Amino acid sequence: MEMPAPDPAVLARRARVLSRLGAILPAEALISDEAERRAYECDALTAYRCVPMAVVLPGSTEEVAAILRICHEEGVPVVPRGAGTSLAGGALPTEDSIILGVARLRAVLEVDYADRIIRVQTGITNLAVTGEVEGDGFFYAPDPSSQLACAIAGNIAMNSGGAHCLKYGVTTNNLLGVTMVLMDGTVVELGGAHLDAAGYDLLGLVCGSEGQLGVVTEASLRILPKPEGARPVLMGFDSNEVAGACVSDIIKAGVLPVAIEFMDRPCIRACEDFAKAGYPDCEALLIVEVEGSEAEIDEQLGLIMQIARRHNPVELRESQSEGESKKIWLGRKSAFGAMGQINDYMCLDGTIPVSSLPFVLRRIGEMSREFGLDVANVFHAGDGNMHPLILFDANKPGDLERCEAFGAEILKLCVEAGGCLTGEHGVGIEKRDLMAVQFAPEDLEAQMRVKDVFDPEWLLNPAKVFPLAASAARRAA
Amino acid sequence: MRPASEEDLSEIVRGARGPLVVRGGGTRAVGRPVAGEVLETGGLSGITLYEPGALTLVACAGTPLAELEAALAAEGQRLPFEPMDMRALMGTSGEPTVGGMVAANASGPRRVQAGACRDSLIGVRFVDGAGAIIKNGGRVMKNVTGYDLVKLMAGSWGTLGVLTECSFKLLPVPATEATLVSAPLDPEAAVQVMARALGTPYEVNGAARGADGRVVLRIEGFGEQVAYRGAALRAALGGDWEVIEGAASAEIWQGIRDVRAFAGQAGDVWRVSVRPSEAPELVARAKAELVMDWGGGLIWALVAEGRDLRAELGAFRGHATLIRGSEATRAALPVFQPEPAPVAALAQGLRARFDPRGVLNPGLMG
Repeated sequence: MEMPAPDPAVLARRARVLSRLGAILPAEALISDEAERRAYECDALTAYRCVPMAVVLPGSTEEVAAILRICHEEGVPVVPRGAGTSLAGGALPTEDSIILGVARLRAVLEVDYADRIIRVQTGITNLAVTGEVEGDGFFYAPDPSSQLACAIAGNIAMNSGGAHCLKYGVTTNNLLGVTMVLMDGTVVELGGAHLDAAGYDLLGLVCGSEGQLGVVTEASLRILPKPEGARPVLMGFDSNEVAGACVSDIIKAGVLPVAIEFMDRPCIRACEDFAKAGYPDCEALLIVEVEGSEAEIDEQLGLIMQIARRHNPVELRESQSEGESKKIWLGRKSAFGAMGQINDYMCLDGTIPVSSLPFVLRRIGEMSREFGLDVANVFHAGDGNMHPLILFDANKPGDLERCEAFGAEILKLCVEAGGCLTGEHGVGIEKRDLMAVQFAPEDLEAQMRVKDVFDPEWLLNPAKVFPLAASAARRAA
Repeated sequence: MRPASEEDLSEIVRGARGPLVVRGGGTRAVGRPVAGEVLETGGLSGITLYEPGALTLVACAGTPLAELEAALAAEGQRLPFEPMDMRALMGTSGEPTVGGMVAANASGPRRVQAGACRDSLIGVRFVDGAGAIIKNGGRVMKNVTGYDLVKLMAGSWGTLGVLTECSFKLLPVPATEATLVSAPLDPEAAVQVMARALGTPYEVNGAARGADGRVVLRIEGFGEQVAYRGAALRAALGGDWEVIEGAASAEIWQGIRDVRAFAGQAGDVWRVSVRPSEAPELVARAKAELVMDWGGGLIWALVAEGRDLRAELGAFRGHATLIRGSEATRAALPVFQPEPAPVAALAQGLRARFDPRGVLNPGLMG
């Protein structure tokens, strides 16, 4: 993956920049020592690494503003970083950049159950937001697999999703307001505890902009009352096609499950070995979960199981206890970890129209044989967000490159099928150069115009999202 | 002008010598009056893709909303955000269109639970002020590929681009619905009881206080489910509630959605978005006839013609929009809430880049 060459003029100013930053920050908020900086050389896309010029860990919006003002004056690129869990390389630094981490901004500023909002600093983890309110019967809906570690800042940057989007939407549908610092140090408030924008929906534009428009330091999030109960049902099928058809029929029937998760055989096996979730031995597995009171759950699951029976499932098992439900979900949530134990893998997250599921899975199987690399599929079937895991051996020369080439082909397939390159992980550096597959030059131009407005010098996370060639002139200007 | 294709529309915009007034069905005459040549989108009509099994639909911007809703109803599905029909309130005629609804980010009572129009909008195609045809988003409901211009286009009232196609995610229509109706309550008591209702797990997806002061709470679902939730909700809230079911319940919400209480009544209509718990204090300052929706987060106010309600409200967290007013009033008062300088500068910057010659509804949003 190519990254722009560091600007020697910026490197030459390093001492001055560090001294200016040191003058406005407490000692613990500025990391200049090389060994300590190395901890920030990559995020969860570990194949690419680069040690940044410095790392700053501000403790307030004012400090963020002061840092950005200095970097703006000095022409230093800034790479915002949440918890560093990006799978797309969204927080990968360059040698001439400064990492701005929000790890010290973790306060809960306000909880209001009457208005159903929580206001937090964005370094707080996703799960900690729910942790703050669940004792009172509320929760924060977006639940990415990394929710124990990932920060709200990163969730906003990538517009993170999770397993329950079918009912609750993704980050952008649950974000009510932000305090954001622009690259020149200007602090703006977008949205708040009220709904919708007075003018243009800048909040909607910022969410998912991958840290390229501003540094979000505080966020108002919608919290929801916890459902009375939830219960999953496991369904095993002897082909991916039948499982796909079953998903479509469930949706058409007018029931709205909170989640429909799909796993294929390689994934089922790995998860079962890892988590002992009691998954059946079959080609395709669905976990369908519904919510409500006991009676409501019975009614909905009854209907769903009736539909499933029409597709001749090899297994159809309703969870009988909370413990069993937890186990079923543990299996699914540990999919990535389980695969990681047996292999190196690359996780993709293209989205496809649900109707194309059988076709796309069949093509991925064929391509897997062509490339000579195995694939395990686990994904959010209700919304078409796929997660093919391509297995490879990082120690085997050429395997990573082959894996990347295979991944690119899968993503192109997703776009051809009417879908997109990424459903919830973001573009980062990983899919940057594939953007031209999905977008025409005018489409990319329109997006880059937005960055021109928010960050005219292209200093914030500059080498991400857009193909390097497409953004070259702007970054050089 | 009424282009028959996206390419024609692009040609017209590219060749425009002066301001264009972008019009769908002409039912939402909101904003500062714009003088210019009318550009109608009605020639771009039709549903281009509907996959009930994927809960997604794509339609040309000029498609009559009624046509889209009929197609959805045939499959037992709907747009989740319950878009308002503005004709009665605005005294307009014509057919509301898909593009007009999106340009207005029109969202009704269910917005409080199911999100706004922008939340269900998953893709757009549009022609920018230079005539370029641009697409963003797509037809899948989970998509973070590149910047989200879809949200930017929703509620931009045709000032950044002329919409040509819109994609939506849909929801199934529940089997039945019921509404709990209270005795008349003052705004403070009403907001409190609505907050409590919305804080229960019974999935209240409408919480409003009508012009008569009665609080109405809506529940939807399967038959048994609605009965159960209604009973559980009444038990949780206490007090006396009348239960209205089925078509009569739907009728109540259509009235709230379209602010029927103010239709045909003289005066200006303002729409105020506010933090629900701050609504009672705000309406006390307003001295107006009121309809409250979204648990108190949305206030519709009917005031005497020409009154500057925004000024009377003073500083508050939220925004006020003059929805219905004479041309003179709309020319004299900012229709949309003026934004703080740094935010206004960003908005201005976007407008300058998406419509560099200022030909698309110039000045409509201020």
